[in-house]
Amino acid sequence: MPASYFDVDGTLVSTNLIPPTLYYLLNQPTPLHVAKKLGKALLKAPMMVWAELQDRRLFNEALFTVLEGTSEDRLVTLAEDVFERVLKPAIYPGAKDLVATSLDKGHEVVLVSGALDVVMQHFARYLGATGVIANRLEIHDRYATGKLLRPVVAGPNKALLVRDHARAAGHDLDECFAYSDSYSDVPMLSIVGYPVAVNADRRLRMLASAYHWPIIDLARAA
Amino acid sequence: MSHPCVVTLNSRSAPRTLFSGEQLVEVDLPTGTRVIYPKPPIVALKDVDAAIRYAIHHPHNSAPLYARLRPGMKVTIAIDDISLPLPQMKRPDIRERVLTIVLALLADHGVDDIELIIATSVHRRMKGFEVRHAVGDRIFNRYWPDKLYNHDAEDKDNMVLLGTTEEGEEVEINRRAAESDLVIYVNLNLVPMDGGHKSVAVGLCGYRSLRAHHNPSTMRNCHSYMNPATSALARSVDRMGRLVNQKLNVFTIETVLNNRMFDRPLEFLAKNEDDLSATEKTALRALRFTLDKLPQPARQAIFQRVPSPFGVIAVNAGETEAAHEKTLEKNFEQYCVPITGQADILVSGIPYISPYNVNSFLNPLLVQVMANGYLFNLYKGAPMVKKGGTMIVMHPCTDLFDNEHHAPYIEFVHRLLPETRDALELHQRFEKKFANNAAYIEMYRKGHAYHPTHPFFMWYWGEAGRQHLGRMIVVGADNEYIPKLLGWETARTMDEALRMAKLTAPANPDITCLHYPPIGMADVTA
Repeated sequence: MPASYFDVDGTLVSTNLIPPTLYYLLNQPTPLHVAKKLGKALLKAPMMVWAELQDRRLFNEALFTVLEGTSEDRLVTLAEDVFERVLKPAIYPGAKDLVATSLDKGHEVVLVSGALDVVMQHFARYLGATGVIANRLEIHDRYATGKLLRPVVAGPNKALLVRDHARAAGHDLDECFAYSDSYSDVPMLSIVGYPVAVNADRRLRMLASAYHWPIIDLARAA
Repeated sequence: MSHPCVVTLNSRSAPRTLFSGEQLVEVDLPTGTRVIYPKPPIVALKDVDAAIRYAIHHPHNSAPLYARLRPGMKVTIAIDDISLPLPQMKRPDIRERVLTIVLALLADHGVDDIELIIATSVHRRMKGFEVRHAVGDRIFNRYWPDKLYNHDAEDKDNMVLLGTTEEGEEVEINRRAAESDLVIYVNLNLVPMDGGHKSVAVGLCGYRSLRAHHNPSTMRNCHSYMNPATSALARSVDRMGRLVNQKLNVFTIETVLNNRMFDRPLEFLAKNEDDLSATEKTALRALRFTLDKLPQPARQAIFQRVPSPFGVIAVNAGETEAAHEKTLEKNFEQYCVPITGQADILVSGIPYISPYNVNSFLNPLLVQVMANGYLFNLYKGAPMVKKGGTMIVMHPCTDLFDNEHHAPYIEFVHRLLPETRDALELHQRFEKKFANNAAYIEMYRKGHAYHPTHPFFMWYWGEAGRQHLGRMIVVGADNEYIPKLLGWETARTMDEALRMAKLTAPANPDITCLHYPPIGMADVTA
């Protein structure tokens, strides 16, 4: 049985990692906590911009440091709200159909995302996806340390994680599909037999055209 | 004495002008070559609206349309898609004229539960501007997109299995049509393989039904698929269509076009080159020069964006088979040029357009279907070329595909054809895999791509030609590897191609040139 690996941000949903993280920041126990967290996040903003320019992995690591000190049960409890209020309204028309078609054709559907796994579990349940490869926060004494557990799900690491997943699940990568919107996911797209550019950015669209990869615009699909 | 449309070249004959994609190329064909020209267009009906009204009020083997209507009934009107006619016809398109009259009749009889479905089968979805061209502004503005829409063969909830024929062919069609009190099909018959049961049973079906006849073994038994009487494809479609008509209340309206593809300034392209006036010769030279200097997209725009002045020569309505019989008579009257004797070598140019590249590029797989498929099959009786003979075509065979329309074609040509050209092997090893490709299905359903199985069907459509022909030589290809992938030989000039062909032909071979387009057919007595 083949598998279909879906990037999430920009591919299936129009949002990115920042709005879900902001939602967590704005839902602290007291307004004072909110102010403190937002203040810290603002101080870190220049570093995040620098990290994004360097490497997507560095950005992910920088972004989630703002969740340091958030309790594990708050992360889990708010995850459903994050999905319902932030992710669900941002799902592209056609995204659910695309996943449903993959499932209908007997594929295992795996979401591959830099977002937090607690949120992605809800998204996976909504789509009917069978697996999730997502970032996990390090928890110490029931509180997030702000660090991501290795391996961080971003850029070239996604390719390694997809390869490991396929091997463990017994999928032949030549028969597998991968979907992404971003040039940063070219490593992941390159290891499967059927790469697909979805809502592709300019560089990925050029590459996909050159290599004759299918190009899908879920954002325009009605 | 030969038909006036058959010209035998002599030493004083002018060079023939053949299409090679969007270019026009002059070729010197040997003395004795028989050139088959299309018949002149049959004079169009003067009052088309009156002919439509007469047809639906005096249908064949059916009560008149008004007598089959009752207030409050659920009606589905299906119409032919962008693959017809080629190129698009000048407005008003005949579909608009028929729909205007039919919709007014439905309104007069209190029928307001109406949906119009573009019978795309596994073709690409038509875009808004294309639908507007076909149905006109008024109907488009009123019905699009909620009540006028493209058929979606992959929308499982909206497909329904009607049953299975005695030959085991599964008949699955659009649910809205299946659950309607009346299905009216508005057809546009350009060539004899169009229309009849193909309209509903193919236009509104999906892969589950298509695979019953769009397969190598059926296509091998079409002699030709332009002659339904000797086509296994037509027989299969007829069986399935009869089952549809047993289950559904179908009223067919068929319209027949003449072959007036070129408007007045370009009409000379259909003429015998020896009969061109001085003005026409100058115009031809100017056209060739212009096309030579223009970039490919501009050439494509010139030929594809300029609609053709097709004329309507018949309208038949009623029960599917009875109406279609009359339609076929008119098609054959327009196209068939009687000739005696098959050729050892058949020559033809391949133009810029096929049913599957309207508003896009004729990619290599479509070049193949034009040569091995449509051109080879433009016959009734015996094939134009003898078994094992050679066909020479002219086309650049450029390795270019439209990513939006023909995404699955690219993988078919560049990933599958290098492995095998055997249609049966392609069918058995790869077709199902493509049929299950979720990305391509998404592009078909929500984008404007052909269904992932369509490139396979295009290969099978060339199967009868491949089985019959000994060699295919292409003149003017801009690369070597595409012809090689297609199993073709290449030649730089027509002279070289003819020399190559003569190596495997009898001494003093019979050479026939099919001067195409406009469309013509040969009625061949072997």
